[in-house]
Amino acid sequence: MWRSCLRLRGGGRHLLNCPRGGLTASEGPGPKPPAHARAYAPPAERKRFYQNVSITQGEAGFEINLDHRKLRTPQAKLFTVPSEALAVAVATEWDSQQDTIKTYTMHLTTLCNTSLDNPTQRDKDQLIWAAAKFLDTDAVCCRVEEPETLVELQRSEWDPVIGWAEKRYGVKIGSSTSIMGPSIPARTREVLVSHLASYNTWALQGIEFVVSQLKSMVLTLGLIDLHLTVEQAVLLSRLEEAFQIQKWGNVEWAHDYELQDLRARTAAGALFVHLCSESSAVKHKLLQG
Amino acid sequence: MAALGSPLRTWRGLLRELRYLNAATGRPYRHTAAYRYLVKAFRAHRVTSEKLCRAQHELHFHAATYLCLLRSIREHVALHQEFHGKGERSVEESAGLVGLKLPQQSGGKGWEP
Repeated sequence: MWRSCLRLRGGGRHLLNCPRGGLTASEGPGPKPPAHARAYAPPAERKRFYQNVSITQGEAGFEINLDHRKLRTPQAKLFTVPSEALAVAVATEWDSQQDTIKTYTMHLTTLCNTSLDNPTQRDKDQLIWAAAKFLDTDAVCCRVEEPETLVELQRSEWDPVIGWAEKRYGVKIGSSTSIMGPSIPARTREVLVSHLASYNTWALQGIEFVVSQLKSMVLTLGLIDLHLTVEQAVLLSRLEEAFQIQKWGNVEWAHDYELQDLRARTAAGALFVHLCSESSAVKHKLLQG
Repeated sequence: MAALGSPLRTWRGLLRELRYLNAATGRPYRHTAAYRYLVKAFRAHRVTSEKLCRAQHELHFHAATYLCLLRSIREHVALHQEFHGKGERSVEESAGLVGLKLPQQSGGKGWEP
């Protein structure tokens, strides 16, 4: 039943029960603030000031050029990425901006900027610790006790993922209905921390980002080990919300809005991790089987 | 549990997303760096006929992730434009929602010039 949830995306409009015309009607173009204005207009965004986006290779890596100017990070460092695929994706992001630059859609650029600038000044161990902290309150491990249908749904959807993770890493994770969350044995934590340590700092930024979006370490591991697709991971992370939507109806301007945003961020994070670690770490994992 | 679908479907989806991205600029999507890179990557991994080729599965997975990224960004922006991008309604519009009209006072209100 829940596999069909993925196909509900467009067809779920019939669940929407509020009339679309009435609530969002507006008389003309977006309101300009009148003279004694109390109306709020959204802040003006930066206009697209470049025509062409191109990629060049420098000594430190690949750089992005907007017309003839080199792209820089918010802290004015030169924007260089280690992998060509990542540079192409970032260039596509900049190229896809029309009229105004919407920085909230440019997730890969944001991740690269964070990795280059490191504004919170975290080193590798702190990133690993921040990601592993989510294990204690992992979304797929915290279960409800009622209603019965939700309990059953959580069991049938989340147990296979936990089972996969336990088998893949040879650890015990388990699940719990207690308010304290699951009790993760110390050995599990050690194994997972040492697994994370095998990724480089850039990939760890991506992993920590995905973990904080999905609120689950197990789902992130499934994503970066190519066991779950992005849509599946997001669905599993939002399982209870999807359950309530199925029961009470979908509110497009809230539910779909958040769903697409979560999907975009998770996909960007997952892609970032793959592109930053494809040269060395991932190949090792493949050989270990 | 990896319900990836067929590579052809992912490829078509990627082309469609690239087409949408480049529709506004007017430049054909075949000239973009993203298109050239994807063509090269897909061609390079098509040669092996082995079904369980790991590199092929990996490439398909990354392509599907990128497709999800492009698609969800586009839909998110569309939802934002439709529902959240218009700012606040003016007083006249708000009154009009419940069927009221603001009175036309020829002398203006007391404090207006």
